[in-house]
Amino acid sequence: MLHLLSLKALRERLQKREVSSVELTKHFIDRIARFSDLNAFISVDEEGALAGAENADKRLNKKESGNLTGIPIAHKDIFCTKRLRTTCGSKMLSGFTAPYDATVVERLANAGCVTIGKTNMDEFAMGSSNETSFFGNVKNPWHTSRVPGGSSGGSAASVAARLIPAATGTDTGGSIRQPAAFCGLTGLKPSYGRVSRYGMIAFASSLDQGGPLTRSAEDSAIMFNAMGGFDPKDSTSIERPVPSVNELLDLDLRGLRLGLPTEFFDSSVDTAVLGSVREALQILEKRGAQLVDVSLPNSAAGIPCYYVIAPAEASSNLSRFDGVRFGHRSEQADSLLDLYECSRAEGFGEEVKRRILIGTYVLSAGYYDAYYLKAQKIRRVISDDFKKAFEKCDVIVGPTTPSTAFKIGEKTQDPVSMYLNDIFTNTVNLAGLPSLSLPVGLDGAGLPIGMQLIGRFMDETSLIGTAHQFQLETDWHERCPEDFS
Amino acid sequence: MPISENDVTRVARLARLRVTEAEIPQYQAGLDGILDLVAQLHESVTDDIEPMAHPQDISLRLREDQVTEDDERDLFQECAPAVESGLYLVPRVIE
Repeated sequence: MLHLLSLKALRERLQKREVSSVELTKHFIDRIARFSDLNAFISVDEEGALAGAENADKRLNKKESGNLTGIPIAHKDIFCTKRLRTTCGSKMLSGFTAPYDATVVERLANAGCVTIGKTNMDEFAMGSSNETSFFGNVKNPWHTSRVPGGSSGGSAASVAARLIPAATGTDTGGSIRQPAAFCGLTGLKPSYGRVSRYGMIAFASSLDQGGPLTRSAEDSAIMFNAMGGFDPKDSTSIERPVPSVNELLDLDLRGLRLGLPTEFFDSSVDTAVLGSVREALQILEKRGAQLVDVSLPNSAAGIPCYYVIAPAEASSNLSRFDGVRFGHRSEQADSLLDLYECSRAEGFGEEVKRRILIGTYVLSAGYYDAYYLKAQKIRRVISDDFKKAFEKCDVIVGPTTPSTAFKIGEKTQDPVSMYLNDIFTNTVNLAGLPSLSLPVGLDGAGLPIGMQLIGRFMDETSLIGTAHQFQLETDWHERCPEDFS
Repeated sequence: MPISENDVTRVARLARLRVTEAEIPQYQAGLDGILDLVAQLHESVTDDIEPMAHPQDISLRLREDQVTEDDERDLFQECAPAVESGLYLVPRVIE
């Protein structure tokens, strides 16, 4: 049952040489093939992974190993990799192989990880259900008629189904935390600037942040510690070291003030979700945490603010796809303008086009002040609300999503209803704060429920620490969907 | 203010996205829905609030003005759809 072990347990077995990295890698490659119906992977690199595993075994034999040596992982297909194509879930990049590795890919490789493959995702990370992927939708292992969430849906489904011990994701408005909640995982969106964005294909540059999707807070700490830290290649990277794994985990809950925003506990949230979050809060309270009421009065403005700023930045970032330097090139084009317009029309899917159009609209002459500038002002108001709340508490807590995983196809015809999934998550990106979702229960249909913790800027320690203390008392994070144990 | 067909055509042109006649109603409806959603923005009073472009209130780092990268034109052009003699090919722009 190698696939049920934590990263720490895997490391111990590898270091004691009770299992080899090659055996472990083969085991996970077999599982990925066996459960390919989930459609969680876009590319699997069997040859490269086995070569990496052999190399890891040599280092393990010589006792040269690091924290993650020989452990297989997968990357969301938004991180550039030299060896494997990087599609970003799009036809536009379906034939693209990057000339370099993303910093996150390089750091995890240096920590000894064996990269098995690249996971499915919403096209250019634009979606909350993994249904906008050019490579087809991903199924939620807890219930295969349900979505795994998005945009890091392939990473979440593959970790939940035990096809891989841990995976990377990215979060622009909730794309790590919402799939973590839907799949019963621990998902961390670090503070903006903690994890390098170099080689991570840009969606909305002032909001995007990479982070790990893992089963437990302990695994999250190990992955975050290896991924994060200053990178001179990212101009917004923060020059501060990442805390050690022990610093991230050893938190005393006594006296920690947990703030409950009234706006996050309203009637729009499923009763099962609220019930599980309240039960989890009681457990934390028993361990010494104090519950305090706080308010985030402008959180309702988060969705409109986000859906101006994110598409505006996306419309600018995605202008690089022109059919000339990389990506899909139309064969219909007679003029340069035709080449741009047709390559983009053929290469992008409908949701991406919609967001490029709305982003272009809000930035265009006559509308800029009314939409983009207005949204930037509201962004400040939202950020200030968090600052005020953190005067009264240390961590803000609430549900990650208003409901559990919805059915495949349920929201595809109505983009706006899909956007409302981000209601509790996207204000965190607007403010640049760290946030974590952890599993705290199952609803009546047996679907996982996620609780969100939000911290002060650069304080991932309180989030991972709180989640770890909770997981020492509970076993929600160890629950495995039936058929995958 | 609902989005007109002309708005869709204008924005698509600015975004360098070819939208066919048949696709216009679908994007018109999509954009209308999103603008309805974001219309709530106008309800907030934001006088005297400074716009926030970015989560970090810091200025960008500077570095020494030194060459740090090698010329890797061939490598970078490997992923290009059409190149010749180190140049990117596009349809003729000057007759």
